Amino acid sequence: MEVRKVAFFEVKHIVKNFGGLCAVNDISFTLEKGRVLGLIGPNGSGKTTLFNLINGFFPLTAGEIHFKGRRIDLLPTHMICTLGIARTFQVVKPLKRMSVLENVMAGAFLRTASVSVARQRALEILDFCDLSGKREMDAGKLTIADRKRLEIARALATEPELLLLDETAAGLNPKETEEAVEIIRKIRDAGIAIIIVEHKMKVIMGVSEKILAINFGREIVQGEPREVINHPEVIKAYLGDYYA
Amino acid sequence: MNLFGQTIISGILLGGMYALIAIGMTLIMGVMKIINLAHGSLVMVGMYITYVCFVFWHINPYAGMFISMAVLFVLGCLIQRFMINRLLAVETILPENQVLLTVGISLVLTETIRYIFKSDYLSINTAFSGQTIFLGKMSVSVPMTIGFLIAMAFTALLHFFLTRTDLGLSIRATAQDRDAATYLGVDAPRVTMITFGIGAAFAAAGGSLLLPIFYLWPDIGHLFTAKAFIITILGGMGSTMGALLGGLTLGIAESLGATYISMGYKDVVGLVVFLLVLLFIPGGIKGLVRR
Amino acid sequence: MKRWYPSAAVLAVALVLPWIFRAPYYQHILITILIWAVMGTAWNLLGGYAGQVSFGHAAFFGLGAYTAGILAAHFNISPWWGMLLGPLVASLISVPVGLICFRLRGPYFALAMLALGEIFRLVFINWVSLTSGARGIMIIPRITAKIPYYYMALLLLLIALVTVDLLIKSKCGFYFVSIREDQDAAESLGVPTTRYKLYALLASAFLTGLAGAFYMNYIAFIDPNVVFSLTNVSVMIILVVMLGGVATRWGPTVGAAIYIVLSELFRTSLGSASVLAFGVLVCLVIMFLPNGLVGELEMVKKAIQARTNGSEKSGLLRG
Repeated sequence: MEVRKVAFFEVKHIVKNFGGLCAVNDISFTLEKGRVLGLIGPNGSGKTTLFNLINGFFPLTAGEIHFKGRRIDLLPTHMICTLGIARTFQVVKPLKRMSVLENVMAGAFLRTASVSVARQRALEILDFCDLSGKREMDAGKLTIADRKRLEIARALATEPELLLLDETAAGLNPKETEEAVEIIRKIRDAGIAIIIVEHKMKVIMGVSEKILAINFGREIVQGEPREVINHPEVIKAYLGDYYA
Repeated sequence: MNLFGQTIISGILLGGMYALIAIGMTLIMGVMKIINLAHGSLVMVGMYITYVCFVFWHINPYAGMFISMAVLFVLGCLIQRFMINRLLAVETILPENQVLLTVGISLVLTETIRYIFKSDYLSINTAFSGQTIFLGKMSVSVPMTIGFLIAMAFTALLHFFLTRTDLGLSIRATAQDRDAATYLGVDAPRVTMITFGIGAAFAAAGGSLLLPIFYLWPDIGHLFTAKAFIITILGGMGSTMGALLGGLTLGIAESLGATYISMGYKDVVGLVVFLLVLLFIPGGIKGLVRR
Repeated sequence: MKRWYPSAAVLAVALVLPWIFRAPYYQHILITILIWAVMGTAWNLLGGYAGQVSFGHAAFFGLGAYTAGILAAHFNISPWWGMLLGPLVASLISVPVGLICFRLRGPYFALAMLALGEIFRLVFINWVSLTSGARGIMIIPRITAKIPYYYMALLLLLIALVTVDLLIKSKCGFYFVSIREDQDAAESLGVPTTRYKLYALLASAFLTGLAGAFYMNYIAFIDPNVVFSLTNVSVMIILVVMLGGVATRWGPTVGAAIYIVLSELFRTSLGSASVLAFGVLVCLVIMFLPNGLVGELEMVKKAIQARTNGSEKSGLLRG
């Protein structure tokens, strides 16, 4: 008797139409617990839309998304987060008039109702992300690099099992990029599955175990990182952006 | 049947004039992206100016309307430039500061008028005020008909202005994307100021056309603000055609409500329609039609 | 200096105020300030902290007042029971109101609440059999001395302040402010935003209804155009909170005091031009003190702290 193993996270033939525009056209992939999937593609290829679909911001036009054996594409966003999927935003969304600590606490409250417990967890996460020194600052006053880190810290506070990172290294200088990669590696080592969207090849190659390349909402190829970036279609789509 | 026809026609005529007021609001909202709760008080001031012209200088209200429009244009420009403009740059917890400033402005305008004219209900009586003409067996009010025709003329003129003149195009550009317009050489602050002035002028025009039909007292401004909002939301924000359709719809709805339900509840009709449209038809009627 | 010293001092002063100002006129002013402070604090919870700006709070004030009034006028039950029932009615009604209106954001929400407030007013004017329409409801109060009402109102304000304080310092408060700052980010953090907005609305409506019921008992006469008024209640509540400082603990109370004291000063010295003067004042405050009195003070305090400490301290519950 064959026992079918349920994938940790599975996207099945999803499609998203906005009026006449097809933003995501029949994408499918699976992700195992604790693994890292890189998602690459030129601007406008549908990467952020994909995140918005997984996250529950938009309803699917067709297809299904399953997480830990449960269908999630019909659930509201906050429910999806409760189940264990957190995300960061490409254009960061700090809670500006709250302090850094309070921002992370807002995430921590998903798993506790106690202010002191939330505070404790938040402090640990700030430590993990190397933001402890700035914990009393208003989030609105942070530099872009710190805002990106705060975005990650806040998402981590919700204790996700799957983390969606949307261009966390965009706009960062080389040193800041290194630091970002470090944090991502630490997250992976902590056992959290990650789907990461990135333009910077260094970042993607540094953490991904598998890469999915898309263009015009369609899959070009998915597989081992080396294979994917050497694929002629991918090179064509990315002319010039090799190893940023 | 005749009652029904009469009610509908009444509603259309009234709606056309309401639309003029709403067009002013929709212009302002399109460019400034704020909720202007002072709009009704601008209408009210316009009506008082026309009233004064009629009572003190015996100027026909339809001519006084132009004087009123000119004064409100200037007033509108001043209000925008020296008061509302100040707030656009300030950062506060609630963006609703601007809305509240318009409330303050409305208060000042209403109370100034009340101080000068007291709260008495005023009305004007022209030679044709009570006259009606007959379409078959239905009677139609003359002042409403004249008002409607003038309102339509103004609407057409505005449409022409917005689509064929440089200034009109600048206004539309600023409304669509302020930054992009600026990069293309449009003086956004100046355009914004002028747009507010035009919006105020149209408010004055609409009010003046309604003067032979409504009683006038300082608080009537609130009534018009409410109507203008209902129409703007009904018709879809930022759309002159939408304001026209919305105005007609409101006029007809009110007319039907007054005839078949009761005077008291007729305003409730407008408000409920407003809520329903807000909730279920986010683009207004215009949005529906486009789809 | 311990954290609670300033509040205790304020409370101590508040307790003796009616003995300092013995004249009934002054006591009336104080009571009125307290009523507005309760309304402002209640609105602030929904508007200032949760960021949902309601232009229709008169609906809840009126519901509270009319519950008390109708109990007396129709059922011959003491309107004091209205102090219990009024807030409950207001909260109950706030649920469908919220479920409907929270589908809208920002200015659209504000407009929807405005429309609702007006609908309530018109319904209460026209439903004559239940409400006596525009004639209003009058009751004969059993207590005529002002001092008991003062302490009652003070108690209400304490209830309001403590409720808001407890909510803001808890998980609720964090969720409210995160919804205000960025609703989409909040949703992505697992915050059930609609549910929490409803919590804020429930509490806000409850407290506002409480103020309304008290008003019925104190003033002994209400009519729809007074208690459901858009300009004199709904908008004034917002102005009161803005004058004092949005999203601050004492802002609404300070704002209420400024509003009432100034209105009275203007009224007695300027007569018919008093409302005009008030309008001018409102414009000036909004243009030059956009964060309200307490808010601006907070900003100054923060700037000073930043200079002396080198780093900035934040805090959800300011002022």
